[in-house]
Parts: sequence; structure tokens; C-alpha cells
Amino acid sequence: MNSPILRMLGIEKDFNGVKALDEVSIEVERGKVHGICGENGAGKSTLMKVLSGVYPHGSYDGRIEFEGEEATFRSINDSEAVGIVIIHQELALSPYLSIAENIFLGNENSKRGVIDWNKTNLEASSLLARVGLDENPATKVLELGVGKQQLVEIAKALSKRVKLLILDEPTAALNDEDSDHLLDLIEHLRGQGITCIIISHKLKEIRRIADTVTVIRDGKTIETIDMHGPDATQARIIRSMVGRDLNSMFPPREPKIGAEILRVEDWTVYHPVDTARKVVDNASFTVRAGEVVGFAGLMGAGRTELAMSLFGRSYGTNISGRVYKNGEEISVRTVDEAIRNGIAYATEDRKKYGLNLIGDITVNVSAAALATLAKYGVIDRHREYKVAESYRTRMNIKAPTVSAITGKLSGGNQQKVVLSKWIFAGPDILFLDEPTRGIDVGAKYEIYGIINELAAAGKAVVVISSELPELLGISDRIYAISDGRITGEVAGVDATQESLMHYMTAGKD
Amino acid sequence: MTTTTPAKRKPRLAINFRQYGILAALVVIVVLFQVLTNGRLLLPGNVNNLIQQNAYVLILAVGMVVVIIAGHIDLSVGSVVAMVGAVSAIATNVWGLPWWASVLLALLVGALVGAWQGFWVAFVGIPAFIVTLAGMLIFRGLTLVLLTGGTISGLPDQFTAIGAGWLPGFLGELGGRDVLTLGLGLVTCVALVLQQLRTRATLRRLELPRETLTQLWLKNGIAIVAIMWLAWLLSGYSGTPIILIILAVLILLYTFMLNQTVFGRHVYAIGGNLFAAMMSGVKTKWVNFYVFVNMGVLAGLAGVVSTARAGGAVASAGQNYELDAIAAVFIGGAAVQGGIGTVVGAIVGGLVMGVLNMGLSILSVDAAWQMAIKGLVLLLAVAFDIFNKRRSGGR
Repeated sequence: MNSPILRMLGIEKDFNGVKALDEVSIEVERGKVHGICGENGAGKSTLMKVLSGVYPHGSYDGRIEFEGEEATFRSINDSEAVGIVIIHQELALSPYLSIAENIFLGNENSKRGVIDWNKTNLEASSLLARVGLDENPATKVLELGVGKQQLVEIAKALSKRVKLLILDEPTAALNDEDSDHLLDLIEHLRGQGITCIIISHKLKEIRRIADTVTVIRDGKTIETIDMHGPDATQARIIRSMVGRDLNSMFPPREPKIGAEILRVEDWTVYHPVDTARKVVDNASFTVRAGEVVGFAGLMGAGRTELAMSLFGRSYGTNISGRVYKNGEEISVRTVDEAIRNGIAYATEDRKKYGLNLIGDITVNVSAAALATLAKYGVIDRHREYKVAESYRTRMNIKAPTVSAITGKLSGGNQQKVVLSKWIFAGPDILFLDEPTRGIDVGAKYEIYGIINELAAAGKAVVVISSELPELLGISDRIYAISDGRITGEVAGVDATQESLMHYMTAGKD
Repeated sequence: MTTTTPAKRKPRLAINFRQYGILAALVVIVVLFQVLTNGRLLLPGNVNNLIQQNAYVLILAVGMVVVIIAGHIDLSVGSVVAMVGAVSAIATNVWGLPWWASVLLALLVGALVGAWQGFWVAFVGIPAFIVTLAGMLIFRGLTLVLLTGGTISGLPDQFTAIGAGWLPGFLGELGGRDVLTLGLGLVTCVALVLQQLRTRATLRRLELPRETLTQLWLKNGIAIVAIMWLAWLLSGYSGTPIILIILAVLILLYTFMLNQTVFGRHVYAIGGNLFAAMMSGVKTKWVNFYVFVNMGVLAGLAGVVSTARAGGAVASAGQNYELDAIAAVFIGGAAVQGGIGTVVGAIVGGLVMGVLNMGLSILSVDAAWQMAIKGLVLLLAVAFDIFNKRRSGGR
């Protein structure tokens, strides 16, 4: 019998009287990969913060046993001391320090405060080899992509002699290739006896590597599923997560496609810093009224750059090409001009580019079309309130009032605020960049519904997404983009993941 | 966990609590010094001086709160005050311009200074800290050049009245008290109550959370008592200081500007998230530019006021004014990283500093200690604010 490495029993945690965790119990077996699934706000992250001592012993009820002994962590240091390391969704590396410095940050190889660089670099090299990262330990972290940074985080965890590694949404920001590599590494670490807890929205990954899965919903443990059992399907997990059956991931829709609204010809964009590098190369495409057009591409293929450069030259330098709307050439040199020409771009990075997080829902919803609510520069705040309120209802934004601060909303609700903002701007063409990134299954379904409504209202909708099933589920037509070039165009009904992937990797070795 | 459902009504009340917290601190400080000075703090003459002596900080704080909400800082305002003061004194006494033309010229010079700094911040992209640090040196230097180390005094009465004069009591006196001042107090009270009732009616119509009637009348009652008591004191001294009217207009104007206009909203948007503002079509560069032009004009006005109050221009005028103004804004609850702040908060913050100055002076506390105490108050005020935010944030 394999004794569990970790048992959490009857964990309860509340914030100002609101229960975030209610009698959550979980048992993790040694040397296994244990998945934790649940919608955003279900309590997964809170549970991991309780486990790792971010919420110290005494601030929650319940019992934690690690390796058979009761654990009473007062801080992260305590949990790390016994070998529990958590890697958060937002990586916590210092960009201007080297890989080696980052690995040993706070845990330096030193004698009387003086760092032993030889030992540091030597140990860093061997740790990098263990995680399969072929980089010089002296390389600065900012020169690495997100995927490699993730590996540095894991190397850092290994340097702390980790026994239980917790990964919070480790592949959320990674492309498929990096994700694959990471999942291989987790399997490899499992082979070395390291236990792993992985929190993920990507059920396919969970399905691939998890031995057991615990589903949490509304702060309660719903069930623990043995993934090697016969009924351990994706649908089963989803059902358990949302508490209902999703007949289909995508709401039904009958496309009514009209005339061409947007035509882009020979669009070329150069990198803003590395000005010799073409990021978008002679891209030409069209979008018609009532049509949902998908853009598929690997990370770094130039999808976001294409959309942002079209949206008032928000990205890139030395931009050339022509944009036609309803057959007439238009100028989109500034964001303001793009908006006035009926173009909207809902960003993939809502926290950085999409929202004023310290502002309330009202000011965010009206932000892109404030002029329509104002006369002589004075805002009609009553009308503004009514507009925000109508979007709160229509988009089903879960907040007590429109005076709620957007930074405190969940990811899905924040995304709905971003969409409200752009729908209120009254565009004819909407670019939606990763509209469902990092949001839960229920909210995704709602957002697909909104996309359908927009198309039904005769808007041209462009959806950029890394999730191929999503593109296949909602698009009428899909362009594949690779290395800045549009490499393929497929009708939605004909497209398959394989055919798209073929185009998306075209021209690459 | 980012659940929001349980926080019914909480955000709005939390914000109010923060504003009242600063106000409560002001009241505590006033009461404290009133006791410590055996009632001398609130003698009519002292209250009058409190207004006239601190007008410059309050004017600068109004401009500074806009700058800080937009996520910048302006270290140059003290030097700009000195330079504008010098220009206005030279224009009046040397060139013989009429007083009103000198005032207009002063505001224009302030605007030009603001445009200069705004250009570097907004269009060249140099951080405001650097640009205005340079401005602090540049304009102090230019002041010295203009005054060649000396002073210019003997300004006409109309000019000095701006900083040190009173409205003529043309309504006569009643029992030795200026009727005009009492009347203005009364009008202010009526306007305040009407405005509050109107807001409340709208909130009710829109079904937005609002205070209870008891809260409303308690608040209004306190405000009415405070206003009428101020009017009573001033009417028994020399009447309504002209600068009080200027301040009242500025406070109303800028509160309106920040809350109700597109420009004001853009200022908050830029401070809240610059990139999101850009991607929403806000012309962020121009907004930043005008924020500095505005600051320049108000620094010009502060220059006129402090020159008028002093009765002349000195090269050392306006020293440390920028620090007083910045302190006032932060005591008034503005956020260092931008996006948060109110005009009323900045004014209350300025009054906290002013009462401290006056109270400590009456107690004849050494100037060195006054400075140390003011520094400590700034630190505590911001610490209190952060503590409050953390508590209301629940995490």
C-alpha cells in the first residue's frame, strides 16, 4: 500500500464571512500526478494557498497532513522547507537576473554572504539538464520565452529538493509545443518519484497526465476520479465541474452571411525594435457581414500583431498595405481613427491592454465610446449608468452593481466587460483576440453566444484563438497564419485540427 | 477567489469611509490644536489667515491632484510660483501694466511653462519626475535672473487684494458683522442642500445605493453648521477674503471637470491603465500635455496669489511649495501610481497641512520641529490610507 503524501481534511476558509472553501478534502498519493479541476472562482487557488502557507495555519479550519505528520505552515518558507513548492500562473522570475541567479534566488550558495559562483553555475547547469533546458545558466531570464521561463521555475523548485510540486495553470501561456514539452517533463519527474499537483483548465492535458483528478465546485469537493478508470472522460469532468451537462461546447447558430465589409491587402508590418524583421508579411484577407472568421496560428506567428497593427497601428513600424471597408479604402493610422471607422479590437491581455482595473464597470464599458455619451465634453452620467447597467444584464456580468471595481471580478466577467466596451462602441468589424483565454467553461459558452449574436446582427467578427477546437466550433471560415504569412484558408465545415495544423506549421522546419 | 456577490453595496460605502476618514482627521487636528492653544487657533483673525496663508497650497493642490491622477508628478511648481510672481511684479512696477493685465500675463506665462514641460513629458516621453526636476532648477534660475537677486515691492492695492483683500461689504453691517459674508454663507448652505437632494433623487430614480435619510441630514447638518460658523467668524473680522471666492470657484470647477467631463474621465483612464486608455482611442499624449498646461496655469495663479499676499516678488518665493502641494494630494487619498484622487480630498489634505502649520506656529514650536511633524503626518496619513484599502479589499 502506498501511503498518501498529502491529506487535506475538511479545509474551510472564509473571507469576511464568505466561504471560499467549504469542507474540502483531498488525498494525494506519493509519486502520482493529481489534477485539480474547477471553474474560475471555484476555490482551487485558495486551496493551494492554504496548502503552501500563504494563508497561515490558524487562518483556516481543517487539518493538513504531509508525509503522515500534521503540517502547520505559517508561511511559504515553512512549506518549502518540507518540500512543497508552488509555481504560480504568473511566473515570479526576476527578468534582469540570470537563469542561475533566479534558480538560487533567496537560497544562494554562499559563505558568509559571499556567493560561490562556480558552485551556483555548476548546480544550475545540472538542474537545467534535468528539466531539459539547453541554455547557458548566465543567460538573463528576459531573453527566454515563457515556455523556457516555466522550465526555469521548475529547475528552481528542484533546487529546493521538492517532494510535492504544485503547478497552477502551467500551460495557460504556452503554445502547444512548449506545453507538450512541459507535460513530458512532468511525466519524467513523476518517474523520479516527485509528486505533482496540477491545476488546469485544459482537460485534454489533465486527461493525458493525471492519475487522479479532484473536481472542486463552489468551494466544495465534488468528486475524485481515477483517471485510469473506464468512465474517466472529458465529458465526465466537465459535467462535474459545471454541475450540468453541456450537450455541446458551442451554442447552435445559423450563419447569414452578407456582403464583404473588410478587405485587407498586402499588409506588411515590421518589428518595432528589431526593425529589419517582418512580423506580418503581405497578409491579405476579407471578412463579410455576419461572418465569423477564425485566425489560427501558433504563438508568435503574428496573429495578434496583425490585428493590433490594423487597429490604429498599435503595434509595429514601417506598416504598409491597404484596408478597404465596404469597398472603399480607409485610413486606420490611429486608434481613434480605427474606432471611428467601425473597427474594434478586444485584446488578448485584458489586464494590460483591456481594462482600467481600478475603475468600475461603468467607466470601462463607456471608455471607447465616451464621446457618444457626452455633449460639449460633459458626460451624461445618468445615461452612462443606464448603458453600463444594460450591458451588465445583457452580458450576464456577475457583479452586484455596475459600481463594482473590475479588478475584483473573475476573469470571465472581466472579459465580458471588455466585450461590452467594444460592442457599445458600435463597430462593424470586431477583432476578438483570445476571447476565452483563462476563463471557465460556463463563461466560454456565454461568450460564444455573444459572438453568435454579433454575427447575427450583421457584424463581421474575427476571432483569434490558440484553441483549435474553439475555432472549429465557431468559425465560418478560418485563415491559418504562420511566420507572419497567411498560409491557408479553409471553410469552417471542411477544416480539421490536422489540416489547420498543417498550414500553421507551413514554412517551418 | 474573486467572487463579488457578497460585497453588496460595499464598494461605495468603503469609498465614502475613506473620504470621511480624512475629513475626520482634519476635525481631530482642529480640535486638538484648539485645545492646545487654549482656543486661539479658531480666533476670527487666525481663521482668516488660515485661508489667506494657505491659498497657494490649495490652488497648487488642485492642479497637482490632476497631475497625480494622470500618474505623473510636478516638482517644479514652487519655482514656477516664484518666476510668475517675478514676471507679474516686473510687469506691474517696471513696465507699468495695469494690475489685471499683469495677472493675465502671469497666467499666460504659467501656461507656457506648462506647455514646455507637457511637451517633454507627453511627446518626448521623458518621465515627469525628471522633466519637472529640471524645471525646478530652470525656473528658479530664471527667477534669480529676472530679479537679479533683489526684490520688487510696492504693488498696487488692486493687485495685493487678490491675496490679502476682502470683498467690499456693500450690504452694510449688522451688529458689527458683515452682512455680505453671512449672506454668502447662507446661499452656499441652500445650494449645498439643494444639490444633495437632487443627487439623491437621481440615485433613487436609477436605483443606485445611497445613504439613508438620517445619514444625509446628519452630513448636511454638520456641513451647514461648519459653513455658517465660518461665515460668522469671518463676518466679525474683515469679511470674505477674495481668495476664498477664487478657491470656491476652483474647487467646483475642477470637481466638475474631473467627474463630469470627457477630459476628466480620460485623466482617470490614463492613470488607471495607460495602455488600456490608448487602446480605447484616448489621445493619451494630448491629455498628458493639457494636464501639464493646466498645472502651469494654476501654478501661475498661485504665483499671483502668493506675490499679492507678500506684497512683492522675492527670488526665494515658493520654496518647498511643491512638497506642500504633493503632500496635500496624498494626504487627500490620491494613489501614488495614479488613477485615484479627488479635488475635495486634496483640499482637505491641504487644510490638514495648513492647520498644522498654524497651530504649531501659535504654539511657537520651532520651525525645525514643525517640518519633522509635518513629515510624520504625511507618512501616517498615507499609511492609514493603505491600511484602509487593505481592509476593504479583504485580502
